[in-house]
Amino acid sequence: MTKPEGELPWKDLEIGAIVTEPGNAAQYKTGDWRSQRTTYDFAKCIKCALCQIFCPEGCIHQNADGYFEADMFYCKGCGICARECPTGVITMVEEEE
Amino acid sequence: MVKKVGMEVSVAIGEAVKLANADVIAAYPITPQTHIVEHLAELVADGELDAAYIPVESEHSAMSACLGSAAVGARTFTATAGQGLELMHEVLYVASAMRLPVVMAVANRALSSPLSVWGDHSDVMAVRDTGWIQLFTENGQEVVDNVFCAFRIAEDRRVLLPVMVHLDGFHLSHVIEPIVFPEQSVVDKFLPPNKYPLPLHPDKPVTMGDFAPPITYPEAKWAQEVNLRASKEIILQTWQEFGKAFGRHYSPVESYKTEDAKVLLLTMGSFSETAMTVIDKLRGEGRKVGLVRFRLWRPFPFEEFRQAVKDAETLIVVDRALSFGGPGGPVCSEVRSALYGEAKKPKVVSFVAGLGGRDITQAGFETIINKGIEISQKGSQNEFEIFGVRD
Ligand code: SF4
Ligand code: SF4
Repeated sequence: MTKPEGELPWKDLEIGAIVTEPGNAAQYKTGDWRSQRTTYDFAKCIKCALCQIFCPEGCIHQNADGYFEADMFYCKGCGICARECPTGVITMVEEEE
Repeated sequence: MVKKVGMEVSVAIGEAVKLANADVIAAYPITPQTHIVEHLAELVADGELDAAYIPVESEHSAMSACLGSAAVGARTFTATAGQGLELMHEVLYVASAMRLPVVMAVANRALSSPLSVWGDHSDVMAVRDTGWIQLFTENGQEVVDNVFCAFRIAEDRRVLLPVMVHLDGFHLSHVIEPIVFPEQSVVDKFLPPNKYPLPLHPDKPVTMGDFAPPITYPEAKWAQEVNLRASKEIILQTWQEFGKAFGRHYSPVESYKTEDAKVLLLTMGSFSETAMTVIDKLRGEGRKVGLVRFRLWRPFPFEEFRQAVKDAETLIVVDRALSFGGPGGPVCSEVRSALYGEAKKPKVVSFVAGLGGRDITQAGFETIINKGIEISQKGSQNEFEIFGVRD
């Protein structure tokens, strides 16, 4: 069961907790156990998209200015993007949320 | 016209499943259940039953195939026993939690080791908490009748739970008994087509057995528990309807000569018939003894059970399974817990007997009753008594 943030009372669950809406796992906030988060110095970014390719979550998207940025709803804070970025755009900091 | 025929009980179960018009049978043969699925395989191969017979490679696969079959809305049957039931253990929980109406006959068998193909209730007790509805039967007619009831209960929109029909291995599965088979039209009327409400179908995809984080899991489990408890009402209604249509009546706790009985014996399964003969004999001698049997094991029939034993002074429970290092018989342990809070209750004495197919004879039951009365009066140091084991 994934939706919405599992706040349904037991009576409202479908029989057998069956999920009747395909793809609703997208509504499940998987980024809530992150211990680090990404920060960006976009001035150094060359928009090579390597971070997007390496992100195991597939949670990096281009923002309005075309820079590649993690979606914190899903980002696990693994730091792979920071390690792979060739120009040092990304710095991992402790998650304090 | 109903017909009464002499038939091996296992074969009769196959015939009942045919009359119930099952769509899918996925099973792996294991003694003493083999004849059930062997007969079904024959019926399907001979074109007498229009169903898919899936010969799987293990019981784990058998139950897994049953999940898939029930999930698309097919009427699904399987059967197993002993080690086979153990091998499908983890999938049993999935069937009940996903609310899939599978019906399974279990030819109750002892568990290894030492290897025993003979009957007792060790296998049943190990699957007690799997969330299945569980019915006990005592003779061939009861198994056949309860196969029909099991499908109707399982598939009822208000229930949607898998059902086990228990029968004692060999003592029941392999005996030839006179059995009345109803006309197809009567069965069809009693057992409407299966209409599973959320079947797997490409036109309307659903996800079954999805994962649940801590924020949802307790709700899912509570919903399951509420549903299993509520199923008792539907089980009772189904047996009533069955009684009306077929003239044979079933209840969750069956009582035999319990009026004014001071001493009650409690049994489950086919040994109850031997116990009845002993009750008849003792009644003939003027002794106030009676017999109660659990027909419905899950959901546990608390009310009916308390009602059935409330006026007795002594209740002697005979278990055919052993809870190692625990309170003795698993049934007795539940009985004690069901009665603990009652103001008026009998003294409960626990016996474990009949393990691994060992008979409990009439003389055996008589000894159990006499010894049970003695223990209830004088007390005992033991949590339970083991009966019939050589010193
Ligand atoms: S920290 Fe890990 S999960 Fe988050 S954006 Fe970077 S690579 Fe993806
Ligand atoms: S890897 Fe670094 S430079 Fe390349 S797009 Fe990502 S943030 Fe920009």
